Amino acid sequence: MTLTTDKFVPTSGNDDASQLLTDQEQQWVDQFMDETTLFLGPDPAIMRTHEIMPRTAYEEECIAQGIDPLEVDRIRKRLAGALDEAFEMCESMGAAPGAKWADLSCAVYTAEGDVTYLSNRGVIAFSAVLHHPIRYIMKNWKDEPTVGINPGDGFFHNDSRFGMVHNTDQSMLVPVMRDGIIIAWVGATIHEGENGACEPGGMPSGSESPFDDGLRASPIKIVEKGHLRRDLLTFLQHSTRDPKLMLADIKVKMGATRRIMDTVDRLIDEVGQETFVASLRVTVEDVETEVRRRIAELPDGTVTFNQFVDSTLKENILIKFACKITVKGERMIIDLTGTGPEILNRALNSPLASTKSFMSQAVLSYWWPDLPRSTGALSPIEIITEEHTWADAGYDAPVGQSLQASFRGFSALQSAFAKMQFSSPQKYSNVVAPWFNQINDFLWGGTTQNGEQVGNLCADLNGMGGGAKAFRDGENAVAPLFCAMADLGEQEVMEEEVPFLQLVSKRLVRDNQGFGKFRGGMGYEMMVASRGTPSWGFMTVTSGSKFSSVPGMFGGYGCPTYPLAMVKNINIYDIIKKDPSQFNLSMERVMNEQPFEGGDYQSGHMGLQFDVAKEGELYMIAQGAGGGYGDVLERDPELVVTDLELDRISAHVATNIYGVVWEPDTFVVHEEETIRLRAQMRQDRISRGKPYKEFVAEFVQEEPPKDLLYFGSWGQDNDEELLATHWGKIEPERVKGKIKDLPLIMVPDRRVLKISKLEARVRELEQKYGEETVHKS
Amino acid sequence: MRVPMTEYLLIDLDTERWICRVCAHDFGDARGNYKEGTLVYDRDPQEIHPPVIDPEKYEFTFSPDPTFCRILEFYCPSCGTQIEAEYLPPGHPPTVDMLWDIDSLREKWVAHGGNPEEVVNYGPGENAEADLSARFDSVAPHAHSRQNEGH
Repeated sequence: MTLTTDKFVPTSGNDDASQLLTDQEQQWVDQFMDETTLFLGPDPAIMRTHEIMPRTAYEEECIAQGIDPLEVDRIRKRLAGALDEAFEMCESMGAAPGAKWADLSCAVYTAEGDVTYLSNRGVIAFSAVLHHPIRYIMKNWKDEPTVGINPGDGFFHNDSRFGMVHNTDQSMLVPVMRDGIIIAWVGATIHEGENGACEPGGMPSGSESPFDDGLRASPIKIVEKGHLRRDLLTFLQHSTRDPKLMLADIKVKMGATRRIMDTVDRLIDEVGQETFVASLRVTVEDVETEVRRRIAELPDGTVTFNQFVDSTLKENILIKFACKITVKGERMIIDLTGTGPEILNRALNSPLASTKSFMSQAVLSYWWPDLPRSTGALSPIEIITEEHTWADAGYDAPVGQSLQASFRGFSALQSAFAKMQFSSPQKYSNVVAPWFNQINDFLWGGTTQNGEQVGNLCADLNGMGGGAKAFRDGENAVAPLFCAMADLGEQEVMEEEVPFLQLVSKRLVRDNQGFGKFRGGMGYEMMVASRGTPSWGFMTVTSGSKFSSVPGMFGGYGCPTYPLAMVKNINIYDIIKKDPSQFNLSMERVMNEQPFEGGDYQSGHMGLQFDVAKEGELYMIAQGAGGGYGDVLERDPELVVTDLELDRISAHVATNIYGVVWEPDTFVVHEEETIRLRAQMRQDRISRGKPYKEFVAEFVQEEPPKDLLYFGSWGQDNDEELLATHWGKIEPERVKGKIKDLPLIMVPDRRVLKISKLEARVRELEQKYGEETVHKS
Repeated sequence: MRVPMTEYLLIDLDTERWICRVCAHDFGDARGNYKEGTLVYDRDPQEIHPPVIDPEKYEFTFSPDPTFCRILEFYCPSCGTQIEAEYLPPGHPPTVDMLWDIDSLREKWVAHGGNPEEVVNYGPGENAEADLSARFDSVAPHAHSRQNEGH
């Protein structure tokens, strides 16, 4: 499809000079195209760039009047205060569960949409992606007679194709205007959750087309001259399952942006419009300049970090997220070539802007957290991707669970940086192993005990385990990769609003750590069961049940894999009412001992589409761990037995992974025996390890195993050649080629495949036992 | 001059070789892939990440599926230190994870003027104490922390 007219290029293929249009004719064509635009979709000219805009004439004029760095700093600090205040307002008053746990951010932008400053708390990626919709509004609505931009207006959008982390977030963007001219923007974005998608909660793992992704709001003027437009509000409320949430949080965002605007108005009165505009602009430019300088401090070279993701969230596959980062002087090039193709009927694809927003997250929170949070941080970094890969999805790909790809954009940068920055004498953040990067969390939806329709998620999303640092263990359940100071919420408060209990909450799972000299932060288990509701269901939206989601660093190991466990066909509340001793619940005990008669015990991968949860049925998952750092045999034995004593690791791990010998009754380390055991383990490594070339000759195969549903390059010598699994007929076949040559990838319905398999088995058995049955189609 | 490039690897700029920081083993040309000088083992991931729920009863158990995931362990052939652990699909070529421009590295350190083994650090913070000198040297270990505190 042609998305916009301004990039239209005639495709006659005839380069005869007589076919060229005169200026006048070109003008007529342009005018005709402008007047007959069918549809203003996402604009590639806007959506495919992340660089800061050139200075406008007005910005040049303002800067020419002189810059006082101290005044710029003072303005920036005032803005930071206003943004933090607005952040607190959203957190305190927001109706969305995410808002209450800091899953939001507020920001100030230049007139052209470049982020100048973000609230100190909150999700950097949210605001870092909003230059796209601002540019869209400026390009399409500013001079559009039926829309226009006036003081007091506010724009709403949620569709990530127009620039958003994912469709569950909703923004409010408000222009700062003087004398009819837009001189800046302020904005607030909240992870709202429910958005009318095919499943409750706004992040549907079951989405099979963009129309399953829920609300598709391009930037629309929801607030006109200070008044909320009731007709559009009603449309938005009508489009989701939770109309009260929609109303409440649009008002919260209006209030928050109003508060930022109050400070902006006072600042402009105090320092003057020109100084204000100049300070916004130079902040963005200064960050860009500083990033170039910091890139130049890194050693020149190339670091490669490939990731393999094991699920479409409906079935297990293996899809690659390739990343090569090259530094040469002040240039940094991030190349994702080799990344697997988009899958056109699965939810895991991410728009390019969403992937880049999490690269900003890595840069601004894990590389250089001291920088002002600005578009200038990512702007000088060159990013190479191929459109129609799952990290750079096309317009027609579902993106309901785009975090599957965009979080990998974060991990690619966060993980590679340990190697990029290690030898640099000047560091701005610690050397750290990979952070956990999955959404190990329950989403939920249905009718509450208060009779309301809701759909959202648990705060446990925010309990990701931190990566081990080079000098200490990672912190347990510390923070999600996207928000350094997020909250896990108060479970009792949540239980007043939703009809389920967390029967086990925040208890660390033994051996759930990335082992290493310093271990990764651990993850805890969660066990939920609905209660007192006419209709309820749970979902999970995570990969990493067969292939560890994060590795370790410098010899450390990664996280384990994570199952979903369920016990259906029981009512745990009846069971513990009759026998309170059964309240001794853990995933390990429940699943291994199967203590509840009649229960249907199941484990599965962590892509669970909305599953009706009858009262008292158990759903169990565990939060993930961060990667470990360094050789396990260098871990202080005292740290090992401390974890052992606290039941954080098993005796098996203490002995066989960490090589520690201890006194079982007292947990006293036997130092000499430990030294001997570890020396033996090192010798064992040397005995079993093979010289690299010999190993490669034995291990490396031309292609992935035949039965593996694989997507992406194989190796790194020819990243442009992608492998994919294609279902041209019922049986999958492997195809190879450049992304433009691959067929469209659609995965067949797993239930259809299962029925086919069962039917084949029935026929086989009928034949075997001589039963003649006529099968009508 | 030796530059700590990872927890266990130095680059000796004089000889242009990858060196084990623990035992001085020579892994090869610093302009190439250090992994070529290592010993490698194809580890079944279930040996590292033990199941929490019973693998006899369930497919998904906290333990990676060895038909999807292998752990390549890279060892120093002399001291047995585990330098890297890479999670890969079975049969996938090991990743060439680091290739450095040695001329540029040398220029930077000459311009810096310091001893990399003394000034390379783990980053800011008073707890981020680092001693990244070669362990095989007999010199007394020294500890230092980042000069720009506060993050």
